[in-house]
Amino acid sequence: MHPVLVTIVKRLLLGLVTLFVVSAIIFSSISLLPGDFGEAVLGQAATEDTVAAFREELGLDKPAVTRYFDWVKEVAKGNLGTSFSGRSASGQDRSRSVAGMIAPRLKNTLFLAGITALIAVPLALLLGLTAALYRNSWYDRAVNVTTLTTISMPEFFVAYVLILLLSSLWSVFPSLATVDAGMALGERLNRIALPAITLTLVIVAHMMRMTRAAIINLLASPYIEMARLKGASRSEIILKHALPNAWAPIATVVAFNLAYLVVGVVVVEVVFVYPGIGQLMVDSVSSRDIPVVQACALIFAATYILLNLIADVIGIVTNPRLLHPR
Amino acid sequence: MNDNGKPILQMNNIHIEGYSDERWHPIINGVDLELKRGQVLGLIGESGAGKSTLGLAAMGFARSGCRFTQGQVIFDGVNLLTLKESQRRKLWGTRIAYVAQSAAAAFNPAHRLIEQTIESASRAQIRSEAESRKDAIDLYGSLHLPDPERIGERYPHQVSGGQLQRVMTAMAMSSRPDLIIFDEPTTALDVTTQVEVLAAMREIVDQYNTAAIYITHDLSVVAQMADEIKVLRYGSEVEQAETRTMLHSPKEQYTQSLWSVRSLEKPESRSDDIVLSLKDIDAGYGKTPVLHGINIDLPRGKTVAVVGESGSGKSTAARVVTGLLPQTNGTVMFNGKPLPSALKDRTPDQLQRIQMIYQMADTAMNPRQTVEKIISRPLEFFHNLTGREKEKRLLELLSMIELDESFLDRLPAELSGGQKQRICIARALAAEPDVIICDEVTSALDQIVQEGILKLLLRLQDEFGISYLFITHDIATVRAISDEIVVMYQGKVVEQGLKSQILSPPHPEYTELLLSSVPEMDPDWLTNLLADRGV
Amino acid sequence: MKERPETDQSYSAAAEVGALRQRRGRAERWWLALKKAPFSAWFGMVVISAYSIVALFAPWFAPYGEAEIFPTPFAPWDETHRFGTDQIGRDILTRLIYGARNTMGIALVTTLLSFLIGGGLGLVAAINRSWLDQLLSRTVDVLMAIPSLIFALVLLSIFKPSVISLILIIAVLDSTRVFRLTRAVAINVAVMDYVEVARLRGEKLSWVMKNEILPNIMPPLVAEFGLRFSFVFLTIAALSFLGVGIQPPTADWGSMVRDNASLIQFAQYDLKAGITPLLPAAAIALLTVAVNFVVDWFLHKTSGLRDEQ
Repeated sequence: MHPVLVTIVKRLLLGLVTLFVVSAIIFSSISLLPGDFGEAVLGQAATEDTVAAFREELGLDKPAVTRYFDWVKEVAKGNLGTSFSGRSASGQDRSRSVAGMIAPRLKNTLFLAGITALIAVPLALLLGLTAALYRNSWYDRAVNVTTLTTISMPEFFVAYVLILLLSSLWSVFPSLATVDAGMALGERLNRIALPAITLTLVIVAHMMRMTRAAIINLLASPYIEMARLKGASRSEIILKHALPNAWAPIATVVAFNLAYLVVGVVVVEVVFVYPGIGQLMVDSVSSRDIPVVQACALIFAATYILLNLIADVIGIVTNPRLLHPR
Repeated sequence: MNDNGKPILQMNNIHIEGYSDERWHPIINGVDLELKRGQVLGLIGESGAGKSTLGLAAMGFARSGCRFTQGQVIFDGVNLLTLKESQRRKLWGTRIAYVAQSAAAAFNPAHRLIEQTIESASRAQIRSEAESRKDAIDLYGSLHLPDPERIGERYPHQVSGGQLQRVMTAMAMSSRPDLIIFDEPTTALDVTTQVEVLAAMREIVDQYNTAAIYITHDLSVVAQMADEIKVLRYGSEVEQAETRTMLHSPKEQYTQSLWSVRSLEKPESRSDDIVLSLKDIDAGYGKTPVLHGINIDLPRGKTVAVVGESGSGKSTAARVVTGLLPQTNGTVMFNGKPLPSALKDRTPDQLQRIQMIYQMADTAMNPRQTVEKIISRPLEFFHNLTGREKEKRLLELLSMIELDESFLDRLPAELSGGQKQRICIARALAAEPDVIICDEVTSALDQIVQEGILKLLLRLQDEFGISYLFITHDIATVRAISDEIVVMYQGKVVEQGLKSQILSPPHPEYTELLLSSVPEMDPDWLTNLLADRGV
Repeated sequence: MKERPETDQSYSAAAEVGALRQRRGRAERWWLALKKAPFSAWFGMVVISAYSIVALFAPWFAPYGEAEIFPTPFAPWDETHRFGTDQIGRDILTRLIYGARNTMGIALVTTLLSFLIGGGLGLVAAINRSWLDQLLSRTVDVLMAIPSLIFALVLLSIFKPSVISLILIIAVLDSTRVFRLTRAVAINVAVMDYVEVARLRGEKLSWVMKNEILPNIMPPLVAEFGLRFSFVFLTIAALSFLGVGIQPPTADWGSMVRDNASLIQFAQYDLKAGITPLLPAAAIALLTVAVNFVVDWFLHKTSGLRDEQ
């Protein structure tokens, strides 16, 4: 088999193993719960019978390993379990399926993250590239200080400053990003403008700095000097000599920052009361709705693993040493 | 040799500065240089002499962090320094070409060799791409590259270092430039490979009557390549003369001292008192075997030089002796007793009696310890010296390595290359060893500094009867220091014997190849060698 | 560092002068570097010092008690309440000052703990390089496959949010990054010839660590400490902002933002009120900016020093 394929398969397997271990960690967190949490969920008035029934539903009478594989089986089928909320001491169960709670919110989160990525990635790459090319120039220094400042700020600070300026003082955009399924795209975009700008600012700063560093590192290679001495123009050097070697570092930078976006989205959703899974997760943490927390964490972790996997695969398929083995 | 026509390159009063420590330092101080069409000028000097900077300046190029402050670079009647960057660029790669030191790093890993070879010629539209490709294949052929038809389809990592260096020469030659700058093109190569590359470069430069500047620190190499030699030191010219004149009767004292280094030679002597002996040693890294049943004997108070090219296993042998790499088979005998193979099983006495000195003195000393601390530690550790006794011994050691006590408080960064290596020697001496393993200890140093270190090692051997296992790839160093020689090739010992015996014919096949490939200070050496080899 | 015995016989004027020149040389170099430090670095150092003083002497600076409640919630800015009061009538300025102490203190303890765990294990892994290194490295790989804020949320949903659990959870999660860096830089140093020299001498592992490895990995670790501190600080602020971090009545900046966020809607009627929730947020931002500026300069400086060698 071609070495590239071998390496990719290895990397995919590694990703799969990581996902399994991560799911096991997230799953096993439930066994860390104190023994009386059944009562905590169902309320003080819960009878022994209802608590016992609840424990049985969770399968707490079965060994942990069996429970884990049952859970994995169900997750694979798309069944993420049942929420803790909506249960009562009387044993009456109005709880909803976790998958049902998550599905519409996941779409919203993906929409917000997608729009942000669409703006942030090209912008950051452009800024990073130009800063690297005009290194130590006035432009570079200005961009450096600005981005250093931006990455030091908590997302909610950026968010509230934007609300203050663009919503409270001048009503340009709505401060609450409430969206619903039937909303038209234009209206939807207007509603998510502020969260998207917030995320963009934060991500662009990070990504731009990393892109700049990666490009500078690349331009320091002896073969770039050689290209200059062979008479290549600036654009030729960038396009022909640097770019083919830049895919791997750039992919790493983009993946890293999109993964960062996943985390930033949690805080931003809470600020703007945006109905995404970040907000759902935070609410569930507060109400200790463990199945929902687990499901959200699994989705976030899987996204994170997937992004890193894609970056590595891009690195592999653009590596001439692997593409053209000896 | 070629006196035809007016100069193709004329550099007048060049001054270049470099930026470091937040200020500008002079690198080149007013050097003049003239080159006629078809002439090859050798630029020679030690590290820091500014020869690479001057070479690049001949293209009107200054590395980032460097700048021209004065002077003219007149190439074919045009001052390159007053041209716009875009105009200069039109000359680069087409009329002036550059061959870099490390071919492996200077080729773009993402493109095929032939694409990189014809890049400049295609850009300048010197000929059609198809013709350029055909021409490149012809050049590969005349540079004696194997399989010239297809080698260009390969990627840089797929061919060897010597081949890459020749492909780079083809790349420079592709647009038939008027001038080529060769910047230490063979320094990274083994001697046997170097011969082939030198021959190929000389032939092609001759063939197209190209002018060239050949930069190197190696006198015997420049002797083969250049019509004239210019000696640089601290960014200024020392002298310039025709090659033969320069070799036979250098005027300046500095040049004479450069020349004399090569003449150092220790009279050999033999001894049957063996202090250290490797018997049938097999060793390797992981599952890769490196050494295959090697035998080496080190007589007491003598020097055994272990020579071989990269990958011959000579450094691996040293690691076996030190215990860093336990052998898989065989024994190391030390003072008549077998030495435990693993480091942790050796007694403090055994550890003390075998010391090691490294190639890179920079990395062999903790950058955050003073000289005092570096040399004191073995005194405390092995000999329990403290207070006044330790102080006394420290000063003794410093005087042995010809340094004074003002060095005690310095950090390694505040020492020159030669001083660093001397401190490393003092640290080894502090343990009072029977055997010192010297791993390429002079190869990172300039020639004059090398000579000082070699003389010091010889004197210490005389005074204290220390035995050296001296690992090197350089035959001049071998002549200077050894009593006996071990030749290694692909993890095996080819032969061991007295210096005179090994260096005089008849030789086994590999020794012959190795010895004959070592350049000599004779301008006809390469010509004669090629004639001998029937090339 | 000086081990020279103080005896008359060993006294040498030349050596003494050399030593003085040397010692002054290094101190001088740093002083020069400090003087030449860019404005951003100076700004950062001044801000960090000011914050530290406020945090240390919070009770002296604060006009009221940390949890003292006044009758008017959301009182406007005036003489009695410089920045008004919060949603249940606590003085904002007082809460800000105590918040400096709590938020910074907790972040500092957490970072120290994370360096203790991550740095210690990283060193061990770098020296050991066997199954233990494998085990630790793979564990860290897996832990880092979960975004740390998300992981922290999962753990906080199980353990009740308290200062102790917050410190432990974040320190453990953050120690993975410290582990990676420490291991990487320590391995770079451990393969140096001078470490080999010490091993060939038969030095104990602890001696090698203390004398050869630690002094050489300190600069990157010091810089990393600054970066980790701001990261931990931001994470704690974010968690508190989300309501699962530091719990009332302890004053901290993250939850202050959350508690007063609704005021921002009134900005067009009373700008000062609108700005109030931004004050704690700005306090957080200013400190992390300051730390980043100093670290940026320090990194530049230490890598510069290395270039000189």
